[in-house]
This record gives sequence, structure tokens and C-alpha cells, in this order.
Amino acid sequence: MSEAESNTVRELPYVMAINEGIREVLREQKNAFIAGEDVAIAGSVYGYCAGLLDEFGEERVIDTPISEKGIMGLGVGASATGCRPIIDLMFMDFVGECMDEIANQMAKMRFMFGGKATLPVTVLTMGGAGGSLAAQHSQSLEAWLAHLPGMKVVMPSDSYDAKGMIISATRDNNPVFVVLNKASLAMSMEVPEGSYEVPLGEACVRRQGKDLTIVAFGRMVHEAMASVDRLKEIGIDAEVIDARSVQPFDTETVVNSIRKTHRALVIHEAVKFGGIGGEIAAQIQEEAFDYLDAPVMRVAAPFSPVPFSPALEQIYIPNADSILTKVKETLAM
Amino acid sequence: MVAKKKTENSNGPSQKILQELHRKMVRIRKFEESAGKMMEDGKIPGALHLYVGQEAVASGVMQHLSNEDWITSTHRGHGHLVAKGGEFKPMFAELFGRSTGYCRGKGGSMHISNMDLGMLGANGIVGGGPPIAMGAAFSNKFKKNKNVSVAFFGDGASNEGSVHEAANMAALYQLPCVFVCENNGYGEYTPQARHQAIVDVADRAAGYGMPGVVCDGMDVMAVYEAAGEAIERARNGEGPTLLECKTYRYYDHVGVRGMGLNYRSDEEVEEWKNKDAIEAFEKRLLQLGVMTKKKIEKVHSSVNQDIEEAIAFANDSPYPLPEELLDNVYNEEA
Repeated sequence: MSEAESNTVRELPYVMAINEGIREVLREQKNAFIAGEDVAIAGSVYGYCAGLLDEFGEERVIDTPISEKGIMGLGVGASATGCRPIIDLMFMDFVGECMDEIANQMAKMRFMFGGKATLPVTVLTMGGAGGSLAAQHSQSLEAWLAHLPGMKVVMPSDSYDAKGMIISATRDNNPVFVVLNKASLAMSMEVPEGSYEVPLGEACVRRQGKDLTIVAFGRMVHEAMASVDRLKEIGIDAEVIDARSVQPFDTETVVNSIRKTHRALVIHEAVKFGGIGGEIAAQIQEEAFDYLDAPVMRVAAPFSPVPFSPALEQIYIPNADSILTKVKETLAM
Repeated sequence: MVAKKKTENSNGPSQKILQELHRKMVRIRKFEESAGKMMEDGKIPGALHLYVGQEAVASGVMQHLSNEDWITSTHRGHGHLVAKGGEFKPMFAELFGRSTGYCRGKGGSMHISNMDLGMLGANGIVGGGPPIAMGAAFSNKFKKNKNVSVAFFGDGASNEGSVHEAANMAALYQLPCVFVCENNGYGEYTPQARHQAIVDVADRAAGYGMPGVVCDGMDVMAVYEAAGEAIERARNGEGPTLLECKTYRYYDHVGVRGMGLNYRSDEEVEEWKNKDAIEAFEKRLLQLGVMTKKKIEKVHSSVNQDIEEAIAFANDSPYPLPEELLDNVYNEEA
């Protein structure tokens, strides 16, 4: 590639946008490194660490043992003492292996120490179903993490946001989980070269509409967009909001939208019970009850582990069909 | 100021070091005894895990560390912080839940810390510290400085997966990290023989690929020497060591009077008290002519005075204001 201009834009799949995000961070921040299972010589099982070892060397691109407590502890200890680590947690499901390091150490250390510790650590992890990886490699556990005071959690839905949010996360002086989606790895869109930020904690209106606000998380943004034309057929002009950030959550953007549309639907890939959708629905009724013309709707996975068989997994994951069904049912159409 | 390296003559550590070791132990003992009293008087809310009995370990290890070296501690963490240079005033204030405490009253006994002294916190989670110490050691190696980190943990924590993962990674990356196991014979209320099939936790070092050393944790000189070697190895880039110190806590797992659980005998406690690290060391200092009785008494009385002043300070300190509740959940600085 010729001399890079920071505003040169090209089509980039999600997986390579992640790669560029990490690359920009390692170029910019000399105290940054990436550590995780299979990230160095293998370039990560998803391929998004390809070439990093060659460019940045063994000291900054670090293969770890399969030891999630150790890896996450490395992130806690190194960030508290002046480094800016990127920790790669191969599957989001593995948070169970290191929840103490995440929940009791990483998220709380600053508060427990009376503000005297700063932990600029970014954790990249991969959530989502769709590949028949079954119950232990397909979950969406963002609600577990968003429940932790001290933790930030973002879910970039596309290439542009993936790159920009990785860069923002590493510049933030708090622990940030960047929850990526494995079913989106091949999705392409235009992404600028060079460094840019996508702010943490700000939702994005992906489509303007006047009859219904759809708040979508991660990959579900694409399902929401796919539902737009079909909703139009039944007379509903939907506004689609990409939540982008789970913690902090941008209540304002959502409430402003509902003041206009008077109806809301939340969609996420995680199971419905205890999912983030319940929190969002509660916030909407607290902040915008008088503007609502219908109950807040939720579309989410059923309360079941993610099934293996494609026949079952297909109906497990929420999609445009489930949105349409839910809207018809709730609005008695 | 703590001595960074042992300045030994051929006869062993200097008189200054011996006196510092003594003072450290006395400071820990008196801090802990007073904290116990303050808890009984209702001044300290919550849980208190006293370090009394184990003073030789923290003192002997910390004598080799500077403020630039990191440690992680345990739920029984006051002793480590005192030995690392912690001051009584902000320590008592923290235990009292006051805003002048090291953690502004947000952490208390189980999370007491001081980043400026290189103390990455007591930890309410058994086995919580070692992965963090390993991470701090990684940081030191990454920055190519000569600082080390020391993970303190107990025999109970030695059965936690987090400890194994941290030890394996420290050895794999040859990190400047020392794992100090304070084997006090009990994981909470369960005797060692009922929680692991080995006698020496240091045996596990071979499985991690690092040296394992056992020393008498009631003998501050033994700890000082063994820790000195391990820390020097780490500083020289020769990787981690697992140092096990055999020791004993005089009080129960938690509190002063304990919960009245029938898990150890009074005779056993007395047997260990007969090996008291401070008494033994004072005898030795007298024999060596390093300190006189009068000088020893002076150390005790000056520490007593520090304690009194610190308690008065803590008592007079304000509680945190309600509006401080949500401070420092996040770092708001860009």
C-alpha cells in the first residue's frame, strides 16, 4: 500500500478492522501490548492478530498458556503498574474461568483503593452464536459484565466501530470489555486508514423513523436493519438505534427517540431473562413513561443454553422475523 | 527508608538492618494488637484478620524491597503494609472507615493498600493476589527496570487455581516475581493436613519450573536470608522462586476472640507462642550486643506512642461524606 493517508477509506471486513485497531494502538502507545491464547505465532484463532508478531515482536505480542485467571490477572497487575494491556479472551464464555480477576479485582480495584489505582486495560472477547459451537462457545454474557460497577462494556456491530472502539477503549483509563461478534467477522464496510475514535457510551441512530424505536445490541443491529422494510409493509416506520455501549448505556439517545416514536423494542442475542433488555425497558419506563403508547417490547434468545444443531440454533437466535412477530403480537396487528 | 539491598559484612547483615527488622516486627505486632482492641471496643466495623504471630515473614521479606517494588497481600494484610512502610495514621483511619484512610474509607481492612509504597492491596479473595503480582512483574520486565514483585499468599490459597496459573506464567516468562507462601497451618479453620496431601507447599515449585525453598517463618533472619536470595535472583533476571515460610497465627482466622470453633488446641497455640519471632529475635539481639534492653524498650515505647497518636488521629478524622459514595467507581480523567 502506498503512503497511508489517515482519511483513505477502503472496504474492510470486521476481522481486519479489529486487526487494524490493535495495530494502531500498538503503534501509538509504547506501553501497550497484547496477550492471550494463540495471539502471537498463530495470529489468533479468528485471524485478527495476523502479522502483529512480525511488526511488534515477542515483547508486545504475547502467547499465553490456556490460563484465563492468569491472563486476566496479568491485565490487572500490568495495567495497575503503568502498562496499557490488551487482553485477548478467546471466547466470551471463558469469563467463567476468570470472573474473580474481572469482577473482584479489575472492576473494583480503583474504588477499593480510594481512587489511587488506575487500570487502563482493554479486554477483547468474542461473543455470539451462529456457528454450531454449542453451549460453551456461543454465549452473549454482556449483562454479567455490565452489572459490575467499574467496568465498561461495548459491543461494536460493524467494522468501523470495531476499529474505532478498540482504539477508544485502549485510550480510556478504565477497564473496558470490547465484545466482538464471531458471526460478523466477514462483514465488510468502508473503514478509514489510520487512527480514529468511536466514543464509548454513545449510541448511534442507524436509521431515522417515526413509529417505533428499535434498540439493538451488537450483531442484532443488522437484524433490526433487516426488519425495517418488512415493518414498513405493516405500516411501521422504524428508527434503529445501535446501542454500541452497554455500560455506560446511552439512555438519552434512546429516550429522545421514544419521545418521537412512542414505541420501543429492545433486541439482543443474550437470553431474555436477566438480559440487558430488561434494564433498558425499566429505564425507558422510568424516563419516558408518559411518551409510551405501547408496552416496551423485548426480542431476545429463549431461556435455554445455545443449542448445537443448526436446525435449533437457527430458531434460537433472534432475527428480523422475531422482530416482526413481536411487533405484530404486541401492537395487535 | 527501607534498605534496598542487604549491606552485609562477612558476619551477616549490618546492625542497622537488624534493628530495622526488629522495629518492623514490633510495629506490626503493636499495630495488630491495638487493632484487635479497637475492634473489641467497637471502633472498627466489619472483619479483621490479624497478622500477629507471622511478623517475621513480612519483615524479613520487605527489608529487601523499596517503594518501587510491588507486593500483593492477602486478607491478613496489615502486616505487609506496615512492613512496606505504611504509616499508622492513615492505616487506623482506614480501619475506622474514615476519609483520611489510605483508601478514603472505601476499602477497609481487607482492601487496605498504598500504591505509592508499592502495595497493591490486601485482598478479600483467597488467591486473588498472585495473578496481580505476576502482572506487576510482567510490567517491570516490560519496562526493563530492575524492580521485583512479591506475592504473599497462604497455604490455603496454594490450592487455588489462580496461584498455579500465576506461578506457571511467572516461570514461563521468567518474571521478576517471588511467591511467598506463609504457611500458617490453616486454610481458615481447616488444618493443612485436611486441605492438601503435601507438607511443604514449596514442593510444588518443581511443577512450575522454579526453585522451591522452605524456611522457618518464625525466625526473621532465616526469612531475611532466604527472601534475599529469591529477590536477588528475580532482580537479576533469573526468574521466580517459591519461598515457603512456616509460621503461625496466634489469633483466629478472623477477629480477636474468634468464633469459638474447635479446630485447634490451646496447647498448640502455646507451643507456637513459645517460638515467638519477636521474643526470640530480641534475645538474639541482646546476645549479639546489637541492642540493649533499654534500646529495645525504647523501640516499644516509641511505637506505642505512634499507635496512640494514630488512634487519636483516626478517632478525630471525619467519615466520608455521602457525596463521596460514587467517587472513583470510574476514572473520569480522559
